[in-house]
Amino acid sequence: MTKSYEDLPLTPIADTPSTMNLTGLWRVVRPLVDKSKCKKCTTCWKFCPDAAITLVDGFPVIDLNYCKGCGICAHECPSKCIIMVKEGEA
Amino acid sequence: MRMVMTGNYASAYGAKLSRAEVIAAYPITPQTSIVEKLAEFVSSGELKAQYIPVESEHSAMAACIAAETAGARTYTATSSHGLTLMHEVLMWASGARLPIVMTNVSRAMAPPWSVWVDNMDSIAQRDTGWLQFFCQNNQEVLDTIIMAYKICESRRVMLPAMIIEDAFILSHTSEPVDVPDQEVVDRFLPPYAPELKIEVGKAMGFGSLVKPDQYMEFRYKDMLAMKEAAERVKAVEKEFKQVFGREYGGLLEKYMCDDAETVLITAGSVAATAKDVVDAMRARGARVGLARIRAFRPFPHEELRALASKVVGIAVLDRSYTFGAAGAMFTEVKASVYSCHKRPVMKNYIAGLGGRDITTKIISNIMDDMAVAAKRGVEDEVEWVDVAGLPRRWR
Repeated sequence: MTKSYEDLPLTPIADTPSTMNLTGLWRVVRPLVDKSKCKKCTTCWKFCPDAAITLVDGFPVIDLNYCKGCGICAHECPSKCIIMVKEGEA
Repeated sequence: MRMVMTGNYASAYGAKLSRAEVIAAYPITPQTSIVEKLAEFVSSGELKAQYIPVESEHSAMAACIAAETAGARTYTATSSHGLTLMHEVLMWASGARLPIVMTNVSRAMAPPWSVWVDNMDSIAQRDTGWLQFFCQNNQEVLDTIIMAYKICESRRVMLPAMIIEDAFILSHTSEPVDVPDQEVVDRFLPPYAPELKIEVGKAMGFGSLVKPDQYMEFRYKDMLAMKEAAERVKAVEKEFKQVFGREYGGLLEKYMCDDAETVLITAGSVAATAKDVVDAMRARGARVGLARIRAFRPFPHEELRALASKVVGIAVLDRSYTFGAAGAMFTEVKASVYSCHKRPVMKNYIAGLGGRDITTKIISNIMDDMAVAAKRGVEDEVEWVDVAGLPRRWR
């Protein structure tokens, strides 16, 4: 919601960390993980440029609050267990 | 107390009398004696301040920004390549609305390598959101530093200011300077007390990300602050005159302009020479005057329009050049007066680059040339003055 210039401080002041800016809405495509094919190699976890992947029992879990759908995880996955699907389909 | 001192010492005394609390500095010719003098003041205990020697001018400004964000009154000084190295952080200082005061000893940019006066360094920073004051003499340097803190720290301004002191002509030339008493300055300039500052134990981000839906509103506020600064410059100077008995003409100092037909507009120390020329020409009956751009930012838009509507010719003398265009003062003066109902003939004179003397003879030749151009029309709108190889003689 855009505030009137009169209601703003002199310079933008943040009282919350920048992780509060949820950027997942920028996403057009979303990664889907097929755990049955995953070899737990952690390649996706290493490559994710937004650190949006955490490992649970060795399997990747994508944090969709921050994942922007770049597809690097799917491209790098040696066992091809990650596919990108359009938001709203699947 | 009256003392004889250089412009650089006048700067140092100005910062000391203003009780700067944090000074971050990196030496550069011809600025170095400012921060050396301040180092002496701090080491002797005469000035209670944190003195931070840094590894570059970029760092000097970054340190001032941090200290000012924490609520300290800060000061630094630089020159030429040092100023232009600061470029990025100068914009941070203004956008973060930090009323830092800095002296820039105005020196030519290289190459050709030069340590002498030329305003290209300062002019190149005109869009950084800083107030810019061009000083005519050492007294004005000292006084303007004190005034600048008061102007800039006022709640509706909160912008930084650059005090521009011409290299060597002011920085290393000694003149009598009245150094006011500390108690009088203290009454004029209260301690810095910003509404908002970094506080221990309270996590906040300053100058944080705003998306396109909110950015323009912040810039609109900066614009309003600069407009307010124009009013504060005049109001603070009025108050300064009541206390200290000196004044400098607000944004635009006018000398013998009331009935003038031809007016020279310039800035900095050359204005003092030009006043002598105006006196001499007036003694011979010429109706000439001088207008000195004291504040380049905020620009004296209204003052220039009022002046332009009364004169026939305006000569703008720039001690710098904007390649591909003209002198910056000329283009801005011309833009200001363009929509006046009655506007004068105008011409730009580029002179004194890289420390070349602008003599009284050169100035009177410029005034004569302008008087002729006002009657017969302008051939060369931008004229380079006193360049070897060009047919015209100016000396």
